[in-house]
Amino acid sequence: MADVTPIRTAAETALAELFPAVKGRLPGDATIAGQRAEAFKSFVDAGLPHRRIEAYKYTDLRALLRDVPPLATEPSADAVEAARQWADPFAGVDALRFTIVDGHVVAGLSDFKLLPDGVEAWPLAAALSAGPVASGLMGRVAPAKSDPVLALNAALMTDGLVVRVRKDVALDRPILVRFLAASGAPSLIVTRILLVVEDGARATLIESHEGAGVAHHANTAVEISCGDDAIVHHLRANASGQAGVDLSTLGVDVGGRCAFTSVAMVTAPSLSRHQIFVRCTGEHSTVTLGGGALLKNRQHADTTLVVDHAVPDCVSRELYKTVLDDEATGVFQGKIIVQQPAQKTDGKMMSQAVLLADGPTMNNKPELEIFADDVQCAHGATCGALDDDLLFYLRARGLPKPEAEALMLRAFVGEALELVDDEAARERLDGMVAAWLAARA
Amino acid sequence: MLEIRNLHVQIEDKKILNGLTLTVNDGEVAAIMGPNGSGKSTLSYVIAGKEDYEVLDGEVLLDGRNLLEMDPNERAAAGVFLAFQYPLEIPGVATMSFLKAALNSQRKARGEDELSTPELMKRVRGAAERLQIPQDMLKRALNVGFSGGEKKRMEILQMALLEPKFCILDETDSGLDIDALKIVSDGVNALRGDKRSFLVITHYQRLLNYIVPDTVHVMANGRVVKSGGKELALELEANGYADYRTQAA
Repeated sequence: MADVTPIRTAAETALAELFPAVKGRLPGDATIAGQRAEAFKSFVDAGLPHRRIEAYKYTDLRALLRDVPPLATEPSADAVEAARQWADPFAGVDALRFTIVDGHVVAGLSDFKLLPDGVEAWPLAAALSAGPVASGLMGRVAPAKSDPVLALNAALMTDGLVVRVRKDVALDRPILVRFLAASGAPSLIVTRILLVVEDGARATLIESHEGAGVAHHANTAVEISCGDDAIVHHLRANASGQAGVDLSTLGVDVGGRCAFTSVAMVTAPSLSRHQIFVRCTGEHSTVTLGGGALLKNRQHADTTLVVDHAVPDCVSRELYKTVLDDEATGVFQGKIIVQQPAQKTDGKMMSQAVLLADGPTMNNKPELEIFADDVQCAHGATCGALDDDLLFYLRARGLPKPEAEALMLRAFVGEALELVDDEAARERLDGMVAAWLAARA
Repeated sequence: MLEIRNLHVQIEDKKILNGLTLTVNDGEVAAIMGPNGSGKSTLSYVIAGKEDYEVLDGEVLLDGRNLLEMDPNERAAAGVFLAFQYPLEIPGVATMSFLKAALNSQRKARGEDELSTPELMKRVRGAAERLQIPQDMLKRALNVGFSGGEKKRMEILQMALLEPKFCILDETDSGLDIDALKIVSDGVNALRGDKRSFLVITHYQRLLNYIVPDTVHVMANGRVVKSGGKELALELEANGYADYRTQAA
């Protein structure tokens, strides 16, 4: 039988040709270079994921990605200066700020020198060449081979941030990383963050993805390692405008007696897919995941998550809210795995969507895979229009229809934002919701 | 004040109101009584502007203005208030924020300045105290987890705050115990005045011991079949609706 040669799409061809052309200028020592080559090979072997790959069933990247722009280059001084003027969506939040412009850390706009005792941070590019932290942990939390988008990230990551919070250190101020896509021409921006929170430490990481309406492709990976008794909060906000592609991966290892929370807020770009892999490796931990997506026009946003309970006595909660207008598409795929030893697992997952027009599509796919016999797991998914009776009640009290709808939608998404611990950050996310609603009315 | 002339209304091809005519004067408290299914709640929804109902004929005028041409929020700003039979729960919207949004929307529609937060708080607290509504309820999501009695008191609180001209109480007595009934009735009575009228819809004469009406109207099969003074309510309590059912048919 003849060998079957799969036909490569234009995007796959571009990606296949990209790595050999750029690998010489990607940061990292020989070990990292080897890992990049290996990751790249696993991507090329698999190709872009398509609808027959279950995790990409509703987000067929082979069909959706028409082309791939060139890898972003280091921004010019002018580009950095322009980006510096951008309004900070988290203005007023007392944070340690780090700025990444077009996939490159800008040291002058980053608080490397303001870190408190017990907290260390490096630009990823530097850590890949010299950092013991990165080479030890990189890819451990989120192994590249498990997923083609992550494999691409591992092969092409240009820069990013490595942060280590030492044992028992409580970092009060959030680490805010602003990802600014400033280049006027579309580019492929590949970045990674590695956050290591050691035993008994506390930290909050906020990702703010910002753009100016240029159709960039972003591929971001965030790996978080939570030691025993750690408390870690993670926030992700993308309001980068209506153009472009955003593929992101969050990989988390949760130790014992931890509290880990991650909330993602999406109003942009035109195509986004956020995948989350959380593994509970220590007992008595609580994992809380949540998110809000507000989509219009022909936007497509996918949240696909896997929470893997490998040990007993952990709690996981997921709450996702999607608001869809025009002809937008929302996807939620959530899988809770309870392995055989993970007795007394308590898992609850909910995805709720509101459709504001006849055109949108919502795909909800909650899954439970349970191998233990003494667990409590539940999932639910709802999808519908705003409640007419509630709208009438609000209008009968004097609220015009758009304001009544806005009040209800803000409350609807607000339930997920309640999971955000930092009040100032939560207010900014609520502001994103309000801005989206105001633009609609 | 309110004039309803020859009102015909249907919902999903089912005729509910059949030529209802009713006038409520300035400062008048009119009670509407009638058997189940006679169209009392429909009447309240049609006045307030619920969209599910199809008005086939007739007029509803508030101070000469045609309510049927207005959106529900415009009717509210014009002075119509419906105290719901089943007040709705609004998860995620704090009662105080809701009150502020409602009041300021109406003020804006009338071309008045928005109330400042301290002024609003003062008014809300005062009204809440008179209705024995605990302060912490104002911080909770509107009606979520409130008891039946608390929800009804919250309706009257909104009524007091929004200062409407024409108030409809749709079975406000249902689900209330005697104490709550008294608190709610006192709240309503405190709002009575020369320029404010009430349409009190109820099944039972009991409420009318507390909110004493000026007129009583009996509805059957979608129209008013008898009108009289407050003694009509006592007569109904004694004899039931049997006579009116046959009369309307």
